[in-house]
Amino acid sequence: MQAKDIAELLNEPACAHNKKEKSGCARPKPGATAGGCSFDGAQIALLPIADVAHIVHGPIACAGSSWDNRGTRSSGPTLYRIGMTTDLTEQDVIMGRGEKRLFHAIKQAVDSYAPKAVFVYNTCVPALTGDDIGAVCKAAAEKVGVPVVPVDCAGFYGTKNLGNRIAGEAMFKYVVGTAEPLPVPAEAQRPGITVHDVNLIGEYNIAGEFWNVLPLFDELGLRILCTLSGDARFHDVQTMHRAEANMVVCAKALLNVARKLQTDYKTPFFEGSFYGVTDTSMAFREFAKLLNDPSLTERTEALIAREEAKINAALDPWRERLRGKRVLLYTGGVKSWSIVSALQDLGMDVVATGTSKSTEEDKARIREIMGDKTKMITDGSPKALLGVVKEYQADILIAGGRNMYTALKARIPFLDINQEREFGYEGYSGMVELARQLALTIQSPVWSSVRKPSPWAKTSVPGIELGA
Amino acid sequence: MAEILKRNKALAVNPLKASQPVGASLAFLGINKTIPMLHGSQGCTAFGKVFFVRHFREPIPLQTTAMDQVSTVMNADENVILGLAAICEKSKPALIGLPTTGLSETQGTDIKRLVKDFYTAHPEFAHIPVVPVNTPDFTGCLESGYALAVKAVLETLLPEKTNEVGKRKKQVNVLAGSFLTPGDVEHIKEMIEAFGLRPLVLPDIGDSLDGHLTEMESSPLTVGGTPVNDIASMGESIATLVLGNSLFDAADFLKAQTGVPDFRFDSLMGLDAVDAFVAALAEISAKPTPEKIERQRAQLQDAMVDSHFMLGFARVAIATDPDMLYGFARLVTEMGCEVVAAVAPARANILQDVNAAQVGIGDLEDMEIAAKRNGAQLVISNSHAVETARRLGVPLLRAGFPQYDLIGGYQRLWVGYRGTRQALFDLANMLVEHGHHEPEAYVSIYAQRTGEGRATPASGQTH
Repeated sequence: MQAKDIAELLNEPACAHNKKEKSGCARPKPGATAGGCSFDGAQIALLPIADVAHIVHGPIACAGSSWDNRGTRSSGPTLYRIGMTTDLTEQDVIMGRGEKRLFHAIKQAVDSYAPKAVFVYNTCVPALTGDDIGAVCKAAAEKVGVPVVPVDCAGFYGTKNLGNRIAGEAMFKYVVGTAEPLPVPAEAQRPGITVHDVNLIGEYNIAGEFWNVLPLFDELGLRILCTLSGDARFHDVQTMHRAEANMVVCAKALLNVARKLQTDYKTPFFEGSFYGVTDTSMAFREFAKLLNDPSLTERTEALIAREEAKINAALDPWRERLRGKRVLLYTGGVKSWSIVSALQDLGMDVVATGTSKSTEEDKARIREIMGDKTKMITDGSPKALLGVVKEYQADILIAGGRNMYTALKARIPFLDINQEREFGYEGYSGMVELARQLALTIQSPVWSSVRKPSPWAKTSVPGIELGA
Repeated sequence: MAEILKRNKALAVNPLKASQPVGASLAFLGINKTIPMLHGSQGCTAFGKVFFVRHFREPIPLQTTAMDQVSTVMNADENVILGLAAICEKSKPALIGLPTTGLSETQGTDIKRLVKDFYTAHPEFAHIPVVPVNTPDFTGCLESGYALAVKAVLETLLPEKTNEVGKRKKQVNVLAGSFLTPGDVEHIKEMIEAFGLRPLVLPDIGDSLDGHLTEMESSPLTVGGTPVNDIASMGESIATLVLGNSLFDAADFLKAQTGVPDFRFDSLMGLDAVDAFVAALAEISAKPTPEKIERQRAQLQDAMVDSHFMLGFARVAIATDPDMLYGFARLVTEMGCEVVAAVAPARANILQDVNAAQVGIGDLEDMEIAAKRNGAQLVISNSHAVETARRLGVPLLRAGFPQYDLIGGYQRLWVGYRGTRQALFDLANMLVEHGHHEPEAYVSIYAQRTGEGRATPASGQTH
């Protein structure tokens, strides 16, 4: 990928913070950098497409440590969980055999697994040696008879975030608009309900959490053409251009897809989240608004009233347990505000939130939701995080998996909020699971045990005093 | 002697291999107050970090030189100097490991020169050893990367040729291979101590990655592991125990440099392998084998007798790094099993000695195909093989890297009499639980059991 293409991707007019310095311009600091690369980001964005063969073109480090490593669920095919890589050898690198190996690898994948399409992820080494994966994919597609999509996402191009955009760009460029949706089956039609086609962009169905929400879409007569990319199929992505409205779910990084769908196909979009009662209701209202169907609006309000009453009753006992508990939230980007609404719905107090990966718009949202007194954290080092936990007397750290052991080693309750987690929190019913997991850790009896010095010890053991 | 089957397909499916940089990082994580910094793009480190965090359920110190597009195309030498200086300044480590990656190797980095350049530019950090090691991910696997790093540590930290063998009368060097878990290392130290000897283990993940809560709430460096200052004293030990064929090259260097006599072991699983190890300890210490160890040996013998009914003729598939593959194949064949599928991710000398007709260089798909063809009843491999085993319809014994779906897998004891005994119990139990084939129930056409149904002459089942 050329430098100008990368610059183009970093320029996202739909982003409110676009006028600021581009995130890709700040060079990562050697010896003091955390976070994944562009390949990581691209793979995360597309791997959930379940009926595609995902081939990582490179030596083993890229796929070897990362395949089969994601909480996303499929309701059907499991091909996406089969790890595939060209596993380049020294001879391939030296003799320039990478392209040839890739070509045969694509053929092998199609012969053995009959995928609906093949995605080829480029990585650092072949990008450096100059393998023309675009040309190989084109030649291979002609040979094997299924679409072969190049995703040029070498790690050194930049951050995970850039990788998300590269992935979105690849879908838009090669896949979207290449097939038409099937007609709505007669038996799925209901009198008085006009079926509307919509897309969800940036919904990954972690731990199957989207299935908490999907039945409600069905009830309202909203047909989801494609979720990019949780439980998606290749054909779904092909038909995205036919949606009447798009929702960007908790993912600024794929905003480019929504914007291009708007520019090229005049599809309006909004940004929202399914975390928390308030945001879930808001998402349905936004769809009703964009689709401009009075019957839908009416049915949406009825559904929201019913679901909110039901979930509020179910959450009451949990609110008793969680009310007033103090949370330190440290996650990247959109989750820094999207999950806040969910926590506030439970009566919890978010005392500080991480903003190192948040955009200006995210930060504005944080101020809007939480007021000015909320601490915004930019230093995510373990030491800094633990400092904030103490200073603000937080009862729990909510963060991504990589920070789990920061909390646990310091004897602090923890909730994993990133994609590797094993529980789904979306939608109305997901709130109960979220409340349960929060109470499970905050009120666990282990904390007082592990903070207690041994009977024969003279000094106290580290860790903060438990609030409850 | 096993026939080695070369990789014969373009696409690796369900990779078994973890990379050399990851292996090298693991070796450095067994040294106290250390941090490895991979010379590559930030993703190399991020993936490695997640890999170990999920396996050990521990915070893992790991940094990156963060090569971006400009430094990849132009020159990334500056990244190495800047990165080393940043870590030295911020964390004051006792040692920095500096493995290369496929990216920096393809670019053509001269990592050893860069370390010299670093000391020239930053004489204030001359007291902090930096260990460079070439570990591209387009050759080898976790095990070979680990071995290269161990050798590089010795090359960097051992003084020039010494002649002080036995100056420390009780000190025994242990070069611990990557097939050993923290639980294994801990047990090996106990066995050595039982003979009145003092083990100096390199690398000692038994001390750094065993999973324990400390007073220290967070650390940017390893907490525990081989003390860096001790490594220079390896030349004063009375003997070296080399655990794992992959470390023999590093052992050659240690021996040539110091003259310390060594005892080498390909495996520490199974009666014969452990006997050889214990005999060596008795020889080195000139002491009789302690009662406690004798008892453990007797317990293992008892377990062997008890479990041979279940394990005899059992058909086992194994897919792991070479040393571990050799060890498991030897253990199960000594119990009367047959290894019907053996796969390693990369070549190694030890593979020709694996107790199997063939050893494939390949991935979990290769293992699955061979296991299916040969009717394997049990799989030994890492957590990635869960789906493989499910498709094969056989139980999985998790071993090696990574184990992300098993609490405590990282800590499990496999070696010694005690570890072997538990391994035999588990193998036997898995086979029992998965059942063996009894004849299906047959009800006679003449049976007087109204309402239960019976065979009719036409559909009478035969076996």
